[in-house]
Formats: sequence, C-alpha cells, structure tokens
Amino acid sequence: MTWVQLAYLAAALCFILALKGLSTPRYARLGNLVGAAGMALAVVTSYTTIERNGLLILVAVVAGTAAGIPAARQVKMTAVPQMVALFNGVGGAAAALVALTEFLEGHDAGVLFAVATVLTVLIGSVSFSGSVVTFLKLQEVMTTRPVLLPAGQLLGIGVAVVSALLAIFVLVSDSNLLLVLLALAGLALGVLFVLPVGGADVPIAISLLNAFTGLAVAASGYVLGNTLLIVAGTLVGASGTILTRLMAQAMGRPLTNILFGAFKATPPSA
Amino acid sequence: MIELLTIFVLAVFVGFEVVSKVSTILHTPLMSGANAIHGVILVGAILITGQADDTLTLVLGLLAVFLATVNVVGGFVVTDRMLEMFKGHKR
Repeated sequence: MTWVQLAYLAAALCFILALKGLSTPRYARLGNLVGAAGMALAVVTSYTTIERNGLLILVAVVAGTAAGIPAARQVKMTAVPQMVALFNGVGGAAAALVALTEFLEGHDAGVLFAVATVLTVLIGSVSFSGSVVTFLKLQEVMTTRPVLLPAGQLLGIGVAVVSALLAIFVLVSDSNLLLVLLALAGLALGVLFVLPVGGADVPIAISLLNAFTGLAVAASGYVLGNTLLIVAGTLVGASGTILTRLMAQAMGRPLTNILFGAFKATPPSA
Repeated sequence: MIELLTIFVLAVFVGFEVVSKVSTILHTPLMSGANAIHGVILVGAILITGQADDTLTLVLGLLAVFLATVNVVGGFVVTDRMLEMFKGHKR
C-alpha cells in the first residue's frame, strides 16, 4: 500500500503549490490546474483501493460532474460568489455525511474518533446551511440586508448550548439518533450565524464558512485515519482563516462584526 | 495519534504561510481555489462508500460522493473561469 500513501503525498504537495500559485497573479491559473491535477490523482488512487460498490460510485461521480460543470460554466460572472458559496456548502454536507456514515458503520475506535466525528458533523452542517443562506442572500431570493430575529441573540446562544450538550451526549452514549440531532442543531446554527450578516459582509462570511468546511474535512481525516484529508483540510482551514482576515481588512470591516453578528443586540451600521 | 496531530500542526503553519502575501485582486479566486481543494472530501466519501454493506450507509455514502464531486468539479472550473477573466482585463 506504500504507493497509495506516496500518491496521497504527491496530491498534498500539489495542493500546497496550488494555494501558493493562486496567491500570485502570474501563476494563479497554473496553480489552479496543479490543484486539479492533484485532486484527480487523489481520487483515482482512492478509487483503486475500494472493495465494493465501484460501479455505483462511478455513477455518482459522473452525476456530480454532470451537475457541477454546467453550473460552473454557465453561471454569469456576477453570480459567481453565490455559486462558490453553494459549492462550499455541498462540500460541508459531504464531510458531515462521511463522518455520519462511518459512525453508523460501527464505532469502537475510542474517544478521539468520537470527538472527530462530532466535530465533523457539527462544522459540516453549519457550513452547509450557512452557505445555502448566503447563496439565497446573494441570489436575492431573500433580502441581502441583515435579518435580525426577535431575540435572535438568545436563540443563537440557546442553539449553541444545545449543540454543545448534544455533542457531549454523543460522546458518552455513542447514540446514532443523537448524532443526527446534532446535525440538525448544526443546520440551525448555520442559519442563525449567517442571517444577521448583510451586504458587503456576505463574501467575508463565505470565506469564513470555506475555512469551516476545511476544518470539517480535516476532522473527517481523523475519523477515517486518512492523512491526505487531514493535510488538505487543514491547509484550507488555516489559509481560509488568514484569507478571511485579509478580506475583512481590505474592506475595512472588523471581523468581530461578522463573527459575532448573531450574538449582537444592535444591527450593524452599514 | 501523535503522528496525525503532528501533521495537523505543520499543515496549519504551511496554510498560514502560503497565502500570507496574496494580493487583494486575488482574494476571491484564492477563496474559490481553496474551496475546490476541500472537495478532497471526495476521497473520504469514496473510501467510505467502498466499504458500505447495507442500504442506508450505501445511500448516504453515494450522496456524499455526488455532493463532493460537485464541490471539486464546480470549484476548479469556476476558479479557472475567474482567472481567465483577469487575464483578459490585463492585456
């Protein structure tokens, strides 16, 4: 199996070079292609190691490609940010589903495994529902202005507390049902997190949710014991956090406005 | 487990380093490219579905494969389109 590990290492290097390239105008496009090549290598490698369901997986990949390419090709340039939000959201959902499925298949791997599972499901769900709301905002299906629920502050804190309690109960009880409930709480949390974000802050929120999905993927790497997922997820989580801060600085917006928008009583003045 | 933690910590620093000098116009494409890279969850989705042996886990796994593929393919294609547009503006 050594060559599988080596292929994953090569893919991880491609991802680092891709991020590096994307940071400089001259090599940005090349960087993106290097990233895509690394991804192709990683996916083909993982496909060669599976035991069963190969044909069904192939069908799902083809279906995903058939959905993804037209969406990315035909979207108007002005609508690209919400498309990125949507791609980010489905990635978060996929991470949550992977951890959930692994948990359902059997879980006797100890506390760290359970902690990683809980984190993946929670962060992945937050990222998914939060991204869907940012998509709806930018697509102007709903208002782009901050939506402030009555007692939204209390509600946000309440759901956060419930999520934390559910997470602890899952760790103690190994219950499948509680893990599903945790996913639902995460979905609610994502919605509450993004609702109060408005106007120019929305792209920054997308960047932050992007970093979240990266962290969820990294946590899922612990669940599966897969180093490539840990490296790639962490890279995106770390670079996404820095990028979010840089974006907020470039727009002259304090990051705390966005981070704690859900927990603030007064509407942001923008 | 310590090995995994070591990898995690080192990757955090690499992640901080590689994007620390990004120019402002590249913020959005970089976010989009990073977004495509976390689509690597597709590898996890394939591995998990490849060992699924009952209907529920198979269905959930296949759904994850589908969603992750949309993330990967859409992410790289849309990033390329953005960068293509930048090139046109400069020349």
